[in-house]
Amino acid sequence: MGVEEKGRTGLEKKMGEMGMVTTTLEEAVNWGRTRSMWPMLFGLACCAIEMMAAQAAHYDMSRFGMELMRPSPRQADLMIVAGRVSRKMAPVLRHLYDQMAEPKWVIAMGDCASCGGVFNNYAVVQGVDEIVPVDIYVAGCPPRPEALINGIMALYDKVNNQKVADWT
Amino acid sequence: MNKKLQPIVQALEKEFGAEVSDVFGETQAVIPVENIVATCELLRDKFSFGLLSMITAVDYGLQAEPRFHIIYQLNSITDSLFLTLRVPVSGENPSIPTMTGVYKNANWREREIWDLFGIHVEGHPDLRRLLMPKDWEGYPLRKDYPLGYEEPQFSFNFDEIDLSKPKGELAL
Repeated sequence: MGVEEKGRTGLEKKMGEMGMVTTTLEEAVNWGRTRSMWPMLFGLACCAIEMMAAQAAHYDMSRFGMELMRPSPRQADLMIVAGRVSRKMAPVLRHLYDQMAEPKWVIAMGDCASCGGVFNNYAVVQGVDEIVPVDIYVAGCPPRPEALINGIMALYDKVNNQKVADWT
Repeated sequence: MNKKLQPIVQALEKEFGAEVSDVFGETQAVIPVENIVATCELLRDKFSFGLLSMITAVDYGLQAEPRFHIIYQLNSITDSLFLTLRVPVSGENPSIPTMTGVYKNANWREREIWDLFGIHVEGHPDLRRLLMPKDWEGYPLRKDYPLGYEEPQFSFNFDEIDLSKPKGELAL
């Protein structure tokens, strides 16, 4: 947490040996939110395989704080919509999004969640942003695990830049 | 045609008025709709066709008469035989008798035909939509159902597609 360049007082020099640091509330809360954001298991189709691969040992998402994926929306912060959303599934998705507690974010993973992908027809919702507000779109069919991790890094940048005035 | 199928198709021709032909190397029999349940019962009991592997339908368009053909595929595991039955059904109020009394696994396949083609199945224990949402209107796999696609927004038609997108507070 940036100390010297923020021009703080010499308080830290005095208290440094006591094991205390000072920071702003924004930074502390954003630090907590990004370092332990638990995604909700919402793998619908093929992108779910890449999401599993990103969570597994080789491309580990736990090193970014996503220790495990909770299927329960009440205990999740981030909904990664991985896969195509059919019109039958759309109300279910909205229901689960509403059940998540604030603060919550949504990543639309893959082409089908971003814009309908290759399925331009009556049965697939053309982009999950018709139903839920999306923060990050990750393109790819399916996106590689590294691409998903890039999307998560972009989400962390977004969360780190959030100000106190925007908090609900 | 497989030699073991010869007596079987001859029995079908004699009793049910089937027209047998050889299509792409597979044997196919066209059966009128009122005889189909009796045909399948005979095939299952006497000729050991124990497995119904597929029920599907084809829509030949509004101009064709009959408009729909229902296709049943029966397999005999003991004799390793393969037989296709085709049932022509007309376009107004299409309806077929249910096969669930003969083969239990016809249940969901007939629900799928009802859902996607609108072909009513008489005597079905639980006829409701399978793949589309419960309150969907229309039968998507018919030829006169619109594709339902969204026009992609390229740079040459950017402005005209923009007119139909939501503006204001709802805009993303």
